[in-house]
Amino acid sequence: MDSQHQPLETLQDIKRIMERSSRFISLSGWSGVSAGICALIGAWVAHSRLGSFIVYQTARTHKGVYNEYNAYTSTELFTDLIVIAVVTFIAAFVSAFFFTYIRSRRNGVPLWDRTVQRLTWNTILPMAVGGIMLLRALQMGYYELVAPGCLIFYGLALVNASKYTLGEVRYLGYGQIFLGILNLWIINEGLYFWAAGFGVLHILYGAVMWWKYER
Amino acid sequence: MKNPIGNLNKIFDSRIRLGVMSILMVNEEVSFNDLKQMMEVTDGNLASHLVNLEENGFIKVHKGFIGRKTNTTYSITKAGEKAFREHIEALENMIKGVR
Repeated sequence: MDSQHQPLETLQDIKRIMERSSRFISLSGWSGVSAGICALIGAWVAHSRLGSFIVYQTARTHKGVYNEYNAYTSTELFTDLIVIAVVTFIAAFVSAFFFTYIRSRRNGVPLWDRTVQRLTWNTILPMAVGGIMLLRALQMGYYELVAPGCLIFYGLALVNASKYTLGEVRYLGYGQIFLGILNLWIINEGLYFWAAGFGVLHILYGAVMWWKYER
Repeated sequence: MKNPIGNLNKIFDSRIRLGVMSILMVNEEVSFNDLKQMMEVTDGNLASHLVNLEENGFIKVHKGFIGRKTNTTYSITKAGEKAFREHIEALENMIKGVR
């Protein structure tokens, strides 16, 4: 046995065990890509709903064109947007979970061990707090704050989660926070920021992660 | 010249003990089952190594319960942290010495 390389191997062993015991490393790059695509589709559907709402609003102000029976009210728009958001979130989550599940199966790593539990809790906590705040903002009629709020709290959740999984998640988080803060001052373009953050950034991040670790 | 192996800690010769220490360095508290899962060893084997580490004062044992099931967790002591760091340093010096 080559005794010169033994200490090096031991050190690498130690590093590997430390990583594996404290971080969940099976997060798949495809998860990011799929979540991003879901977000882009969601944003596109929401955009077209908003578009038709504006058409009806314009029609309403020009007598004669307005037809009571096919009017699209703001309450309907509101419900539609909520439904779109929920469906998008579920689709993104399920697809992301699917790819991570496949990867952890391939690596032979259990999907529900201590590292995953810690990762989940540390992601859900900031997101849940943000969710409550945004629900209240909706109640109070501050609709403009929803998109930047989503981005900021999601970004904070990611920065927090990066300690328990791939460290690069941190940069995705910074990106989301940056977009969210920018959005606070460009308040009426929320949907575009939302699509850029949840769609484009996710796809970019996922592609980079896939390139780096899974190829 | 000083023998570089002199600074290596004999207790960490075993892969399992070294692994347990590595895990406890980065995790505040780890249960027996989690250690077993991460190290991929049998109950008896792991238990005897843990007893050894405990007798040397490198780890602390906390016996607890989840419902009626026993839940024993382990954490590293100050002495254990120091010994482990010195061991790693010795390893690093050996590598530097070779180059």
